[in-house]
Amino acid sequence: MNPVQHPEPPEGGVSTAVPDPLHAIQERVHACIQCGTCTGSCPNAFAMDYTPRAMWRLVLMGEKETLFNSRTFLLCSACYYCTLRCPRGLPLTETMEELKQIAARENHPVHKKSVLFYRNFLESVRRHGRVREMEFMTLYFLSLKNPFTPLQFTPLGLRLMGKGKVGIQVPSKGQRRLEALFRKAEELEEQE
Amino acid sequence: MKYYYYPGCSLEGTAKEYDISTRAFMSAMEIELLELEDWTCCGASAAPATGNLLSLALPARNIALAEKTNAAKEILVPCSACYLNLKQVEKKTGKDPELLSKINTILEEEHLRVTGGLRVRHLLDVLSKDIDAAAVSQRVQRSLNDMVIAPYYGCQCLRPYIEFDDPETPRSMEPLIEATGATIHAWRKGGQCCGASHMNTQMDVGIELVASILNAAKGADAIVTVCPMCQINLDAYQKKASRFAKEDLDMTVLYLPQLLGLAFGLTEKEIGLNYNLAVSDGFRKKLEG
Repeated sequence: MNPVQHPEPPEGGVSTAVPDPLHAIQERVHACIQCGTCTGSCPNAFAMDYTPRAMWRLVLMGEKETLFNSRTFLLCSACYYCTLRCPRGLPLTETMEELKQIAARENHPVHKKSVLFYRNFLESVRRHGRVREMEFMTLYFLSLKNPFTPLQFTPLGLRLMGKGKVGIQVPSKGQRRLEALFRKAEELEEQE
Repeated sequence: MKYYYYPGCSLEGTAKEYDISTRAFMSAMEIELLELEDWTCCGASAAPATGNLLSLALPARNIALAEKTNAAKEILVPCSACYLNLKQVEKKTGKDPELLSKINTILEEEHLRVTGGLRVRHLLDVLSKDIDAAAVSQRVQRSLNDMVIAPYYGCQCLRPYIEFDDPETPRSMEPLIEATGATIHAWRKGGQCCGASHMNTQMDVGIELVASILNAAKGADAIVTVCPMCQINLDAYQKKASRFAKEDLDMTVLYLPQLLGLAFGLTEKEIGLNYNLAVSDGFRKKLEG
């Protein structure tokens, strides 16, 4: 298999030191034959602006702006049907996760809500080792800065509290239980 | 038989009844569960969307804790998302020594390391393969023969790692449910996605998936699940799903060990039934009758 050819930097131009994170992803899905099995298998395809098949084509074409403005990979719920059925055996679900990682690092506005959701979840884990569901939802709502989103969840929150499944948890920083592990992972991640 | 037990964060909160009923069921079967001391979060779906190494280091920490204790050979995980995260460590580090060494560099911060050799098992894997239906039926004290049950498997215990069931048409729950006397609700939604965390960030999409599953379960007395994410999505949003579908989608949604526990004659409290949000009147009537 030939590696994907990437455009050279313009002649005389300065090559940027930061490699394009999309290149590794293009290599992984290079063997895609555009058969559409992924689209036919995806439970969320009905809500996507680009079907999974079309999105993989955008990836291979390097159409970054269209790609990161689309909701397609954001709507991947990791059911692994496409990975299971892909006739080329491509790791599609994992690659969807990697697209989410790039969107998170580059702060693309379309992905803001999901990125904040994940970030606040991990913040709770970093502090306590285990996620405190109510603390994490409180952090998430605060970070959204939208007073209406919490209202959507208030009835459920009250039912869960009524059942004694969750209690009010005021966000607390404490000793930051997994700080060292998180830092080391971030450090190695930057070297990748 | 004994297993390490990794409950995971949900089983301390929104899925308390899964923890309670798993422990009660295992104790009735005389199987020993050794809860990992000082276990921490597996990273759920948040770590994989953030960084590859973090998404492996978080679950690996728990595998390393088990290795250090050296008291059993397998880790039992009831939550499908936790299971997949822990399984990824087993599968990926097993064939990639360079990756393993990176993970261990991170774990050094916690004075832990993974060497390999421990097997990660989903609760349903253990129930269907190590215990099996015959052992369950021997302990049934209260037949559920007037009930129809819809087995719901969800995704991540089936895919991508094919360990104990067919990833397209799963059936591993059927003999266990039939051992209680109950009948299987025939449907094709067993391995379909519940939308996972969409209910928190993309509710308009999640609700469609939930509504179609609840709709297909009509005619059953209960849906039985083996994942906290599936269970809360199907259990907690029934009113919203009913409004969306413009029909009544009321349904009892139990965890598999809760159903098996009921058949063993365990009390509602012993299986944590008081924690389920939607237990229908029809289901209660059958239970009491």
